[in-house]
Amino acid sequence: MTDPVVDETVKGHKRLERNITLLAIGTFVTVVIGGLVQITPLFYLENTIEEVEGVRPYTPLEQAGRDIYIREGCYVCHSQMIRPFRDEVERYGHYSLAAESMYDHPFQWGSKRTGPDLARVGGRYSDEWHVQHLTDPQSVVPESVMPQYGFLKETPLAIGDPKATMTALMRVGVPYSKDDLENAEADMLAQADPDADPGDLAARYPKAQIRDFDGNPDKLTEMDALIAYLQMLGTLVDFDSAAPLEELAEEKGR
Amino acid sequence: MQAETALGRVGLWFLIMLAALAAAVGAADSGFAAHATIIALVAFVMIWMSASRFDPVGKAQGFFQMPEGPSRYDDDPIRWGVIATMFWGLAGLLAGVFIASQLAFPWLNIEPYLNFGRLRPLHTSAVIFAFGGNALLATSFYVVQRTCRTQLAFPGLARFVFWGYQLFIVLAATGYLLGVTQSKEYAEPEWYVDLWLTIVWVAYFVVFVGTLAKRKEPHIYVANWFYLAFIITIAMLHIVNNLAVPVSFLGAKSYNAFAGVQDALTQWWYGHNAVGFFLTAGFLAMMYYFVPKQAERPVYSYRLSIIHFWSLIFLYIWAGPHHLHYTALPDWAQTLGMVFSIMLWMPSWGGMINGLMTLNGAWDKVRTDPIIRMMVMALAFYGMSTFEGPMLSIKSVNSLSHYTDWTIGHVHSGALGWNGMITFACMYFLVPRLWKRQRMYSLRMINWHFWLAALGIVFYAASMWVAGIQQGLMWREYGPDGYLVWSFADSVAAMFPMYVMRTVGGLMYLGGAIIMTYNIWMTLAGKLREEKPLRDAAYDPQADRPIVNQPSAVPAE
Repeated sequence: MTDPVVDETVKGHKRLERNITLLAIGTFVTVVIGGLVQITPLFYLENTIEEVEGVRPYTPLEQAGRDIYIREGCYVCHSQMIRPFRDEVERYGHYSLAAESMYDHPFQWGSKRTGPDLARVGGRYSDEWHVQHLTDPQSVVPESVMPQYGFLKETPLAIGDPKATMTALMRVGVPYSKDDLENAEADMLAQADPDADPGDLAARYPKAQIRDFDGNPDKLTEMDALIAYLQMLGTLVDFDSAAPLEELAEEKGR
Repeated sequence: MQAETALGRVGLWFLIMLAALAAAVGAADSGFAAHATIIALVAFVMIWMSASRFDPVGKAQGFFQMPEGPSRYDDDPIRWGVIATMFWGLAGLLAGVFIASQLAFPWLNIEPYLNFGRLRPLHTSAVIFAFGGNALLATSFYVVQRTCRTQLAFPGLARFVFWGYQLFIVLAATGYLLGVTQSKEYAEPEWYVDLWLTIVWVAYFVVFVGTLAKRKEPHIYVANWFYLAFIITIAMLHIVNNLAVPVSFLGAKSYNAFAGVQDALTQWWYGHNAVGFFLTAGFLAMMYYFVPKQAERPVYSYRLSIIHFWSLIFLYIWAGPHHLHYTALPDWAQTLGMVFSIMLWMPSWGGMINGLMTLNGAWDKVRTDPIIRMMVMALAFYGMSTFEGPMLSIKSVNSLSHYTDWTIGHVHSGALGWNGMITFACMYFLVPRLWKRQRMYSLRMINWHFWLAALGIVFYAASMWVAGIQQGLMWREYGPDGYLVWSFADSVAAMFPMYVMRTVGGLMYLGGAIIMTYNIWMTLAGKLREEKPLRDAAYDPQADRPIVNQPSAVPAE
């Protein structure tokens, strides 16, 4: 570019077309703006970081169930995000709040409903129904096109190192307490075992459901974990009590 | 170098690297770990150096009848890219037909490995990243050499990019079947596979920019702007969206850095721009080189290409929130996403117009040249889906279409119509030139491929439009009694005929690709089918070579 003839004739955009550095930097600056403007505020704005009463981190067993939900690709056909429309609220329950997925690493809002939304599926069906449905969906919903997941009932839950799982989650911002961390493995075993002493599990994880989920109390299976997760979905926030409604009324930007 | 020596040397360095890595992982203090990492890095460089002196794939090259002897351009990785594109294309389309059948006939699910939930990411990754990605790698290496009139910079690294990318695909695909996924759509591979892709991608950037830097033409051709934007932006998106903390460095599981609403927008900022930069900018780069070449006409408008390049890459990044309409994402972000998506219509059509108008004065070739016909069809579908996209991003339209099969139809009119067709056309252009054949084995078969694919897309898109709109309407229909009319299961049952038709469309599209594979196979074998001739672009091997001497600086134009 030191050639005076070139300097004189190459103007405007033609400079970019002759200079790889300029072109690359120009491109990078151009593509960076949109994301910065849209994403950065979400980490600061009131209505995306506010907490809602009742929302708590997952118990070790629920988290294990959630990992299975992710592993099997359930999000491919099931959303967990109820939109504020009359028909959706009637079909699935109160529309989803940002705070309800604040401990979801990663989020499971989904993008397709080949099957129904699951954001509030917790407590809608019995444990037995879930076992039957996951084992052979068509036996309870003849129209269903869902695959079978009977192997979950046979597969013992790989307990692994729940403490390491919780530590990783704490590193990305989930506020587990020291007690939670210490009791990680005991919590996981106790939640699905009606004979075990759950200790203060229910106090540390309010509304945690403690029982055998898969109909086989002798064995802790992947089915136990998955149903424990499904049965707690959408049950944490009490939409009928006055406090959350009050907060909802003050919510802006929705 | 002898095969045994080379392999032995690579193996030795590989063992050293493994040992160093193991030491680094098990290290008790950070100083020791840092040292072990340095040793591993050195071993890695040594592997690369040993491997680059010996070509372990020489035998396979004979099998695929690759021309021997020094070529003027470094076309070897491109030939491999063409074969990989075809292989992964068939695999991806086959997976697509299979999962489409599963939705119509659920007994086709074979638990646990072949359930829909595990196969669907396999299908999407195979067609986008394996088929599309290899097409982009191959064409970018081809185009950057020709338009810069120079050979690839760092030929060893270019080979590393190709094979490293195949390793990424294999790790990703096997991972899905085994249940190794982080569940972020189109970014499912886990942390260590993401890290590997980052290394490969940086190498890709180095090779591409290095080749641009040693160009013998003063001017960087427009196709390379688009390739460059694609490489840079995908790097940015990939790194930010995959930030995660692994549970253990010796385990696959990790947890994403972001949660909930922040994670959702980051994901769709990534997801939409995987479409915008992988499937659009990169493929527009292919269009900008191969359409003028096949039409034997210059690009229609230089000014239009500048305007639509900058506006396209600026606007695309903003469009992500339209995947999150009416969710817990704040309203202002949704509206911003919608407005930018609608604005995006114009630069998208700028690309389509520039491509189509390149045929000015050569429109007769649509009738006589099956490759041009494919390119025109690709551009038409590009225009169609970039109109449909902004329309679906309007919040009131999206309230009906979101979560339904309309989205699937939209994606496939873009993927099958635009990405598939333009890739096929480019492969038909490349194969005879790369293998130094007179022409494709059969131009008539290209014609067959064209019509099968076109008809397949019509079946696919039409059935998904009907399916999506019907779903949306059934979910929200109220009877005179004030109750919802349909249960969710009713809407599932109603999809059956559409799901079958979609499968038929997919089968036709796959059928076209199988014909193409046969056609390419016979071309590699050096055969020519006797048939009534069709038009094809002329090829002058004498002109297809790098410039050796530095030309004196001349003003552009």
